[in-house]
Amino acid sequence: MTDVLIKVGFLAIAALNGAVIFTIMDVKGASWMQRRPGPLHVGLRGFIFPLAEILKFVQKEDIIPTEVDRPVFKWAPAYVMVSCVALFAVVPLSPTLVVADLELGVFFALAISSLGTIGVLTAGWSSANKYSLMGGLRAAGQLIAYELPLILAVVGVVIQAETMSLVGIVEKQIEWGVPFVVGGQIVGFLIFMVAATAEMMRVPFDMPIGESELTMGFMTEYSGIRFLIFYISEYMNMFILCAIASTLFLGGYHVPLLPTEWVNFYGPVVLITKTAILGFILVAVRWSQPRFREDQLQNLAWKILIPASLINILVTAIMKVGF
Amino acid sequence: MEIFEIVTYFVLLLLVSTAVRVVTTSNVIHAAISLVFTLALTSVLFLLLSTEFVALVLVLVYIGAVIVLFLFGIMITRAPLGKNAELDNDKNKKLGAAIAGSIFFLFSYILVNGFEGEVVITSGSSTELLGEILLSRFVFPFELVSFVLLAALIGGITLARKDEALIDEDQV
Repeated sequence: MTDVLIKVGFLAIAALNGAVIFTIMDVKGASWMQRRPGPLHVGLRGFIFPLAEILKFVQKEDIIPTEVDRPVFKWAPAYVMVSCVALFAVVPLSPTLVVADLELGVFFALAISSLGTIGVLTAGWSSANKYSLMGGLRAAGQLIAYELPLILAVVGVVIQAETMSLVGIVEKQIEWGVPFVVGGQIVGFLIFMVAATAEMMRVPFDMPIGESELTMGFMTEYSGIRFLIFYISEYMNMFILCAIASTLFLGGYHVPLLPTEWVNFYGPVVLITKTAILGFILVAVRWSQPRFREDQLQNLAWKILIPASLINILVTAIMKVGF
Repeated sequence: MEIFEIVTYFVLLLLVSTAVRVVTTSNVIHAAISLVFTLALTSVLFLLLSTEFVALVLVLVYIGAVIVLFLFGIMITRAPLGKNAELDNDKNKKLGAAIAGSIFFLFSYILVNGFEGEVVITSGSSTELLGEILLSRFVFPFELVSFVLLAALIGGITLARKDEALIDEDQV
């Protein structure tokens, strides 16, 4: 029992810290690229910014409008939060430092990540607000469309690694000598990253939030701690999807040429560094790219990413059988 | 009683209560959300039976895709906040109960008599065995199901898109 409690505690701490690191990175990236003085200079060179942010949201009043569907409205952030935190369970920091090395790790991650959609949809509907409903509908359309390429991109990796366990996939990459992104899954990696950005609902895929047209999309009516949960979940999701991408495609906790006997020591550092590099790319994209239009978004998913990922699976399967 | 059994019965109790709520609530969205919990608890039951793959398929396909599409469809057409009196259909309650009861007894009869306590999977991981059985012994039904799905897909498109819709798009 204590074992389970420790693991749950570890999950909560890892998820929160991941989110805080990425909040700092996003805000500092923004201030660096756009010359915003706040997060660059205020308090310890701007690093205590997220702490101030959390304190601000916690002490704000938790406003629930009168017309909303109360139980649905109140519980919507919970679905999003649970789906993000549960994802942290399967990502291995080293061969032994993993909360649960499931035989079906990849499949578990994909299944759990699809749960957040329900939270977003119900939040949009229960707010009794046109902007929220539009945001919720856009989010649903987007998340359904981009879940498919996300799953199909991973299938290539699973075929190449012959296992669904995330530790097994990393071990296979160590055996190969090069990460899968070099060893034939470059297309899969690109599809995964694009689809993952859409799943996080970040720029250029942030139509569900779209400040300029929908106020704040499905989050419009939320305030205080419930808004904070949505807000922090975005960064948790960003952190964990980057970590999963590093594990699946970039060799996870191992870098070629480093001795495998020491993997338990350098594993966590290596994985978090890779995650941070991917995260930095996402931050740079966010603060330099415009938003897609809704039809462009759907076209990209159904007409380009899904066919490309199907071809990727076919080619990977042929290579697997042929060579 | 072992802790495993206690957990199983607890999950079953919750499952029945959420399933009853799906059909008794008079709010479409509440029904859909109760269905999410029903399916999640069913998935927990499959986990307790150590068939992880089926449990995760339930989460990925039914909760992640089917229910989301349900919600999407309901919201885009009609979903008033609050209660919807039309959802209470008292006339058919008895008929519904009779059908539900007969299906329950039929399934229990088949499952109990068909296997008689026989252990089907004896060794290896259940996922691997499931994959092998699906692509060897049951390959024809498996392929047939995909054709049924394809037919349903084409049927859906032809029903939803009449000629006017196509003309409209050309004009745009």
